[in-house]
Amino acid sequence: MNSMRKFEVLRTVMAILIALLISFVVIFFVSEDPFNAIKWLLTGPLTSKRNFFNVVEAMIPLIFTGTGVCIMFAANQINLASEGAFHLGGLVAAVVALKMTLPAGVSPVVGIFLAACAGALFTAIPAIMKIKTSADELVSSLMINYLALYFSTFIMKYFLMDPAIGSASYPIPEASTLPTLISRTRVHPGIIVALAVAVLGYVFLYKTRIGYQLRLTGENQKFAEYSGISIVSVILISQLLGGFIAGMGGGIELLSPIYDRFSWTSLLGYGWDAIIICTLAKKNPLYTPLSAFFLAYLRTGASIMARYSDVSLEIVQIIQGVIILFIVAQQFLSRYKHKMIAQEAKSALKDEEVA
Amino acid sequence: MEKQIVLQMLNIMKIYSNGVVANEDVTLELEKGEIHALLGENGAGKSTLMKVLFGIETPDQGKILLNGQEVHIKSPQEAISKGIGMVHQHFMLVPSLTVAENIILGVEPRKGKVFIDFNKAVDEAKKIAETYNFDIDVTAKVEDIPVGIKQKVEILKALYRGADILILDEPTAVLTPQETAELFVQLKKLRGNGHTIIFISHKLDEIKEICDRATIMRNGRSMGTYRVSEISTDDMSRLMVGREVAHSFEKEAAKCGDVVMRVRDLTVYNSQGVLKVDGLSFDLRGGEILGIAGVEGNGQSELIDTLNGINKKYKGTIRIKDADIQRMSIKDVRNLKVAHIPEDRMVSGCAGTLSILENLFSNQYDRPEYSGKMLLKRKAIEKRSNELIEEYKVKCRSNKQAVGMLSGGNIQKVIVAREFSSAPDIIIANQPTRGIDVGATEFIRQRLLEFRNAGCAVILVSADLNEIFALSDRLAVMYKGKFSGVFTDVSAVTEEELGRYMLGLEHAEKLEGAIYE
Amino acid sequence: MLSTIFTADFFAAILRATTPILFATLAAAIAAKSGIINMALEGMMLFAALFGVIFSSLTQSWAGGLLITMALGGLLGLILAFFVLNLKTDEILAAIAINLVATGGTVLLMLAFSGDRGTSISIQSVPAPKLDIPFLQDVPVLGSLLCGHNVMTYLALIAVVVVHIFLYKTPLGLKIRAVGENKNAAESVGISSRRIQYIALILSGILVAMGGFFMSGGYMSMFTKDMAAGRGYIALAASSMGANTPIGGFLVAVLFGIAQAFANVMQLSTIPYELIQMVPYLTTLIGLGIYSYSRMKKRQKAGGK
Repeated sequence: MNSMRKFEVLRTVMAILIALLISFVVIFFVSEDPFNAIKWLLTGPLTSKRNFFNVVEAMIPLIFTGTGVCIMFAANQINLASEGAFHLGGLVAAVVALKMTLPAGVSPVVGIFLAACAGALFTAIPAIMKIKTSADELVSSLMINYLALYFSTFIMKYFLMDPAIGSASYPIPEASTLPTLISRTRVHPGIIVALAVAVLGYVFLYKTRIGYQLRLTGENQKFAEYSGISIVSVILISQLLGGFIAGMGGGIELLSPIYDRFSWTSLLGYGWDAIIICTLAKKNPLYTPLSAFFLAYLRTGASIMARYSDVSLEIVQIIQGVIILFIVAQQFLSRYKHKMIAQEAKSALKDEEVA
Repeated sequence: MEKQIVLQMLNIMKIYSNGVVANEDVTLELEKGEIHALLGENGAGKSTLMKVLFGIETPDQGKILLNGQEVHIKSPQEAISKGIGMVHQHFMLVPSLTVAENIILGVEPRKGKVFIDFNKAVDEAKKIAETYNFDIDVTAKVEDIPVGIKQKVEILKALYRGADILILDEPTAVLTPQETAELFVQLKKLRGNGHTIIFISHKLDEIKEICDRATIMRNGRSMGTYRVSEISTDDMSRLMVGREVAHSFEKEAAKCGDVVMRVRDLTVYNSQGVLKVDGLSFDLRGGEILGIAGVEGNGQSELIDTLNGINKKYKGTIRIKDADIQRMSIKDVRNLKVAHIPEDRMVSGCAGTLSILENLFSNQYDRPEYSGKMLLKRKAIEKRSNELIEEYKVKCRSNKQAVGMLSGGNIQKVIVAREFSSAPDIIIANQPTRGIDVGATEFIRQRLLEFRNAGCAVILVSADLNEIFALSDRLAVMYKGKFSGVFTDVSAVTEEELGRYMLGLEHAEKLEGAIYE
Repeated sequence: MLSTIFTADFFAAILRATTPILFATLAAAIAAKSGIINMALEGMMLFAALFGVIFSSLTQSWAGGLLITMALGGLLGLILAFFVLNLKTDEILAAIAINLVATGGTVLLMLAFSGDRGTSISIQSVPAPKLDIPFLQDVPVLGSLLCGHNVMTYLALIAVVVVHIFLYKTPLGLKIRAVGENKNAAESVGISSRRIQYIALILSGILVAMGGFFMSGGYMSMFTKDMAAGRGYIALAASSMGANTPIGGFLVAVLFGIAQAFANVMQLSTIPYELIQMVPYLTTLIGLGIYSYSRMKKRQKAGGK
């Protein structure tokens, strides 16, 4: 077992190295001064306090959607609607902030809670469709993400829009905005909530009855069914919860010091990022902060690089793509793995013969 | 006269990625024009050896000589091109295609350069069927033809591709005796034509009937090759299982209690709309083992899935402890203290990627001993899992080990431990010892008897007649969804008699002993 | 509004909206017949849209651009196949990875070629031309209905027939269907399922590349960031609603085209544009629900009796 874990770590590290290597090659092609670009990419986040805390800020939404996806994927519900749930969460938080007058401490809490509920209801759509019509949640969740996007833009344009700006809502009032935790950064209490969600997500999946049901169903649905677990409730609970967390993340992100208005007119991609996080974390929410840190570091590095060199930010999507490809490639390094296992088996055989 | 050796597999070793050593230094030699039995229990490594020969698995050690020349067979394609054909135990046919299309698949006759010549395909399929005297409608869709014909299609497929060496993996497992007899006639003809046949089986009488030589395997090793005419069935079985086969158990008389299950006029159609259980009625009492024998596919699986509450679409009534289960969930049925050992352990018996511990509690994790309102009681589960591992002698490194990494017998023990530890009143066991080693088999059978002695009701479905005879207090034979016979005195039934009922050659005019009234 | 609907222009708008989806749907169908869900269609289409602009500009010929784009589409299919079949990567995750690389990669490439990160307006590309069919165009009504569409639209319609014949009348098509339905059966007669799936994915890549080419060289005449806009995903839904057959997929793609054309017409009305943009996705979603439901009922009926 131990050797298996070692192997997994080795493979993850190798995947990351290969991805970086490929991105270096790309940088060498597109850049006049590739070494400078690479330097900023790798060390940019460490060059100042502000840059480093940019990483922390960027982690927050990733932890939320990552944990949400971990829960859905652990139950083998391949629902890709966290993207839309996050988006709707942001919209709902903005609506609450702009349209409801609530006391300063209460407003963000209500906003975030309603955002989470909206996210839950949203990701439940593919779940309900699956239960009622047996439609594959993968395909339906891909469709509804676009519905979330256009619906949010519609609400923003017709009900929230600041005519002085044109493509964004009125500013979020002070009373609804989350405070900053550390001066001269934009790190907000969302990080604490995010870490708590990751830990709670872990406890939920690995320590509770329902979490056990979810994982059992995720690993072998027929077995779960035969054991007397209600598959319908697993389908529903996992996706409600996944969307709840993603929606909460969207709400918190919008009310954070990072945004002062609802200005999301295209999907932000946190739903897709969540899948990378979940893959890196091996579907265990406890590891999402670590994975999110890695991804956020890479992104912050890339945006610093984009600022100080001639390489653009999008390189980071290539790196992410390549990392996923290699981490989930089961056969990647498999010859090494087989050798390791065959060695163990052979030595075990010898032991038996001696005994 | 020294016979010509066509194939040698020398010192083959194969270790699977999960660490299971399936073949360890196995050697097999084939003479031209013989029917060579590969004999061994399930899990002895026969299938693996054949997969190596057919290019599906790569050996970790050893070499293969074909007509004296070393060959490396890396794919079934290469195997076929070298004149090796295989008829798999599970048919390798594409259901929505016709017989002819299945036969020509991969070597299609063409019209012009681009299109399939479907007419020629039909002609060629007919021709090859006639050459070998196989009576088949080649234009029928495979999904519509019976099992026996499907097997013929499989053999034709191999012959059409020019197979000299034909591997048959447990070909008689799904056949009726008539179909088996017909198959044997065909095989002898093929032998006469110079084909060499590897006949995988664990049925000694069949091997005696048609095989020339036999290589016996046990536990991944070869126990030697023998001329069938020179070795007794007793010796073969001893080499196969390592000791004399126990034909009966020490069994005390059944102390039957109250009726715990009443089934009346049960009718079940499968998902394709085929009638599988046809108006079945029977009772089950505490303290008895009701054995259900029958050739596979006669409705046993559908019956069991319905009794467990998995299948909800049936007519008739099932009452367990006087409760009608029609509207009950699987959970509700389990709450009536029904335990279930499923037929296919990897499909519905366990989650291979999860740990032993996690697999041991899927049916009782929500009991107050193991769980609060929300959180699982970790310590209690940990402690109980270790107790169960010890009690059921599961060979593993720790309770954290993934179940899928264990051997078949140990996986089955985990399943049995889970089901039996739920303190059941009714145990429904479907093929509880299929494909597992002798030790585990004996252990599980003993346990079933202990439960029965303690007053538990047991339904036992098994393809293993030894098991049925050894354990059953009452014995029913299923044929085409009905009981063709019910025997209350199992010791008075002979295997031949049972066989006739299983094959539908004999029907009880009036069923007695199925219902207690 | 009705008067705008029953016109040759509206018919043309339907075909225009159908074309890219149709290519992608056929691509999804071939992959699905071989047993693989090709969710990377989205990224492949996006890549192809950019390649089309770049290579039609470099060759100064739409046909040259199309051929190179198709070749590169095949290459993308090959890459997906390598990961899924050789490295045993989960096909959904591999697709997500490719789509990510496409989102970032197209912007990087466009930046390198045009210096702009939003559109490729500065690249002098050559879009596929409209086709007038001699004689037919002079026939009243029919002429205006059937003529004057983009070459790619005609190619898409031809592709439906070609893919149908390919799948059901040729040896390779038979092998693809056999592999998709029972991989072991195909393997047992020496068909390398890996090779067949490679071919299916390469063909899938080529077909979707044609759709991508049309996006930037017909539907529009430049590349814009994220211009596939979920069409690859819609194609997955369309293909599955069409039981993964070319003809069925064609009918669903047309349905989508009608929804899209309606949406375009409604732009002129007072209904907010954002709500109109939802129409095609909503149509697909509802269609998917209805199709899945009827299939489920059919199955239950067969089982229930």
